[in-house]
Amino acid sequence: MLAKRIIPCLDIRDGKTVKGINFENVVDVGDPVELGAKYAIDGADELVYLDITATHEGRKLFADLVLRISEHLNIPFTVGGGIDRVEDADILLSAGADKVSINSSVVRDPGLINRIARAFGNQFVVVAIDAQLKDGRWTVFVNGGRIATDKELFGWAKEAQERGAGEILFTSMNHDGTRNGYACEALKELSNQLSIPVIASGGAGEKEHFMEVFEQGCADAALAASIFHYNEIPIPELKEYLKKNNVIVR
Amino acid sequence: MGVAIIKYNAGNIRSVDHALKRLGVNARITDDPEAIQSAEKVIFPGVGEAKTTMKYLKERGMDKLILGLKQPVLGICLGQQLMCSWSEESDTECIGIFDTEVKLFPDQGMKVPHMGWNRLDSVKGDLFDETLVGSYVYFVHSYYVPVCADTAAVTNYMLPFSSAMQKGNFYATQFHPEKSGDPGEKILSNFLKL
Repeated sequence: MLAKRIIPCLDIRDGKTVKGINFENVVDVGDPVELGAKYAIDGADELVYLDITATHEGRKLFADLVLRISEHLNIPFTVGGGIDRVEDADILLSAGADKVSINSSVVRDPGLINRIARAFGNQFVVVAIDAQLKDGRWTVFVNGGRIATDKELFGWAKEAQERGAGEILFTSMNHDGTRNGYACEALKELSNQLSIPVIASGGAGEKEHFMEVFEQGCADAALAASIFHYNEIPIPELKEYLKKNNVIVR
Repeated sequence: MGVAIIKYNAGNIRSVDHALKRLGVNARITDDPEAIQSAEKVIFPGVGEAKTTMKYLKERGMDKLILGLKQPVLGICLGQQLMCSWSEESDTECIGIFDTEVKLFPDQGMKVPHMGWNRLDSVKGDLFDETLVGSYVYFVHSYYVPVCADTAAVTNYMLPFSSAMQKGNFYATQFHPEKSGDPGEKILSNFLKL
């Protein structure tokens, strides 16, 4: 049986790991390569590194960092942030990234999903979607949750799949940073509507939330950041808990 | 001499090179026929689409080159599939080392691609020992090789399939040993010790 995946997410600014709450107020939490290697030893199934740098210099630092990560890590990792062109994805692939996560750029230019998937395969493309539930509608946001778009979560996720996305990474802005659990209902609906894997993001605070997101939310993978960075839930303990509750994990 | 990684139009060859470096081996990434033929070991990695990749290999005579290699050869992921006789992916004639066909996972409401960590349910051959049974390794693929005479490891996803193969000097894994944590490193190091 295919195991459910636990994925720590590391936000990177100017080559360092940072963590924000509700997409704001960032603090430095350590060296990205060391932290990633520690997670790999602890039993993380995959890692996501998101570059939140806005400057050209920062981008160059990030590509160098991806190369260092690839040298040290013996598990798969996804990188994202500022991928606006096929060439940006190519640089990260050449540095050793297994997948790229694309978000705002493909809302503005959906054809970029097709172009990256055609060039490097669907398995290389993770389409990340930030959405907020308001008055019964999940509205897609871009620019780190700052700008609302006219897209709706489920329609956009399906379109992304048809265009060649290999996975969908869905962050509920209503749940992110709250530590009250994942958006299980929306995740279940996504999983039902899609034939590609769904990664849940936003809201993890307790071990129980992971069990819920796999059992009720039907997620293929669960992503979290702060609870792992601050070691509030050590990954070996989380895996042990999930195994005891009959969730298949590695 | 040494280990050659076959360079062609496939994705993420770099991570195979990095994995070998972690095991203390400096491989040569090359498409030079002489360098490949004279290497002690050859790795044929692969991420990509069968048809375009086979076309690329055929145009350069690399399909015949791989078929004729006498040293230990390890195909990874698409590498394993291209070492079979035919793939359902775009109706593609492949290299034909393993006498079997490559099929698309059936539509049974389960997610395709088969992506993530799955178990080695049974193992045999030079790359494995019994301690690896039950180990999880990392897969990303939509097409699979059915269980056949050359199967060296079996994994289950909707149905049992060949997660590794062996025939003479040819070895292959459907999973990515370079991305499969400690079990992956052990399998790679078993290949390097052949």
